Amino acid sequence: MALSELPLRTFLNEPVIPYEADEVTRLILDEHNATAFAPVAHLTVGDFRDWLLSENATGEVLAALAPGLTPEMAAAVSKIMRLQDLVSVAAKIRVVTRFRTTVGLAGRLSTRLQPNHPTDDPKGIAAAIIDGLSYGSGDAVIGINPVADNVQIVEALLNMLDRLRQVYGIPVQSCVLAHVTTQMEAMRRGAPVDLVFQSIAGTEAANASFGVNISMLKDARSQALELKRGCVGSNVMYFETGQGSALSANAHHGVDQQTLEARAYGLARHFQPMLVNTVVGFIGPEYLYDGKQILRAGLEDHFCGKVLGLPMGCDICYTNHAEADQDDMDALLTMLGAAGVNYIMGVPGADDIMLNYQSTSFHDALYLRDLFGLKPAPEFEAWLGGMRQELPRMAALLLEA
Amino acid sequence: MNLRDFTPARVDMGRAGHSLPTRELLDFQLAHAKARDAVHTPLDVRLLAAELREKKLEFVTLASAAPDRITYLRRPDLGRQLSHESRPRLTGACDVVFIIADGLSALAVHRHSVPLLDHVLPRLDGRIAPIAIVEQGRVAIGDEIGELLHAQLAIVLIGERPGLSSPDSMGIYVTWQPRIGRTEAERNCISNIRAEGLSYPAAAQKLLFFINEARRLKLTGFALKEDSGRLLSG
Repeated sequence: MALSELPLRTFLNEPVIPYEADEVTRLILDEHNATAFAPVAHLTVGDFRDWLLSENATGEVLAALAPGLTPEMAAAVSKIMRLQDLVSVAAKIRVVTRFRTTVGLAGRLSTRLQPNHPTDDPKGIAAAIIDGLSYGSGDAVIGINPVADNVQIVEALLNMLDRLRQVYGIPVQSCVLAHVTTQMEAMRRGAPVDLVFQSIAGTEAANASFGVNISMLKDARSQALELKRGCVGSNVMYFETGQGSALSANAHHGVDQQTLEARAYGLARHFQPMLVNTVVGFIGPEYLYDGKQILRAGLEDHFCGKVLGLPMGCDICYTNHAEADQDDMDALLTMLGAAGVNYIMGVPGADDIMLNYQSTSFHDALYLRDLFGLKPAPEFEAWLGGMRQELPRMAALLLEA
Repeated sequence: MNLRDFTPARVDMGRAGHSLPTRELLDFQLAHAKARDAVHTPLDVRLLAAELREKKLEFVTLASAAPDRITYLRRPDLGRQLSHESRPRLTGACDVVFIIADGLSALAVHRHSVPLLDHVLPRLDGRIAPIAIVEQGRVAIGDEIGELLHAQLAIVLIGERPGLSSPDSMGIYVTWQPRIGRTEAERNCISNIRAEGLSYPAAAQKLLFFINEARRLKLTGFALKEDSGRLLSG
């Protein structure tokens, strides 16, 4: 039977990975909301595409539907949608989250400031943060990927970020993207943890290869909520995903990489995250070979995440062994801007000198904001107004100390 | 204050409207072209063979099951296996086998593999196999080579995925009792060996530490830790 003729109900009755074998399947099916599903319960995958594109499927209707959809349904319909379908349906949906800033409002585009450094040098990281702030970057999160997964270093970086935030009253949340257990240890030691990060995937076995499971993520979230550090909201989790991670860990159960990616979103939404982004081109050409595949995957991921109710951002990126370049990133960047992406990355010059890949730059975010008339998160926008004259003193505080 | 004094990142680039100034745009494109060239440059086996011969080091030339670069990039599994023709070339037994593989940057091993061996081999005891030079190889190909030679340790010198500012970075992977099916968690890695990164003496010192510890503990990987203070200063 063709995919388009498959009833949506099939995905509830025949899980792609058995209920008994996988805790992600159990979470997805146990939390499925039959009442929310009712409006589309009679549809096939093909009819569902027509329904999504129809005028009746407004943003409010789609938001109400989200708890009734499973990741497998979202992945299935995305496979028979063209890029313009993926853009136009996603653009109807706003998913708004809050911590110290409000991310995802209509007319807004946020950025994660990603100031990585090859030796975790605090001054090198601070220099990239100052550069990013001067371009209006960082309202989704200032998030550092550390080289070393070491609690002392994580703590030192968190303290540096927190001091900067407090001295200059910057409405921003910070994150050091170490393993979740390292961040939990940092919280136990009293470190100022705002968002708790973890890479996740769509199967229990793939998550095990990352050293995580659902119970651990629940504990981490409870621990972060107890700190009560958010001031406009309490979305405390930050997840990254990417097609191919389950296959890479040989934990795919024969299921295609795009369906498994959507299942990672099914897992993520349980935790009411502040931020979720696919790192779409990072995994390499054995999964996404060229710019065309990265473009399609990025828009599929963004659509699937949004239709499942997630605050989707995207790390629009590629590695140097993929057949892709900045032109491909410009195409995905522009289409995601049209699709209403919550946030993108801000990396100095698009060149991450620690992770050795190319993402989007501070300039790229300015381009997108300018093109579509988008503004940063409202709290951050208000702070930016009076910020410029502070930059030299900020630089002095961080770099001359 | 110049932000570029504090980080090699592309900070403080200026603007042309919301975009990059032309000079920065072209500089980025040149760096990308160099990184792409590093990925696609074939391994110069004759160059490496000549250098090893000059140093009176024995070697054997091998190839993975990936017949060309495009297949290699699409099929990592083939880069982890030896070609049929290569297997019979590996005979005998040894304690340690060094493998030079192109990985994702032949440029890296052209520049750094033989100089690194110069710093390590004089300080190493045990039976050392002829150095294996492997075209279109990935890290795990050392497992099959080590298994065929009944080696205690396989040490793979390999070109790392080029960054925009680092087309010639070499990595070293150390695996105790290399056998087909070893996982990444069972290896130790030394990364970023290049002129602007980790020096040959520092890399050699780390490698000898891993070799000695692997022999003492009879394992490599997660359980063999370098103390974090030394890692930081490295």
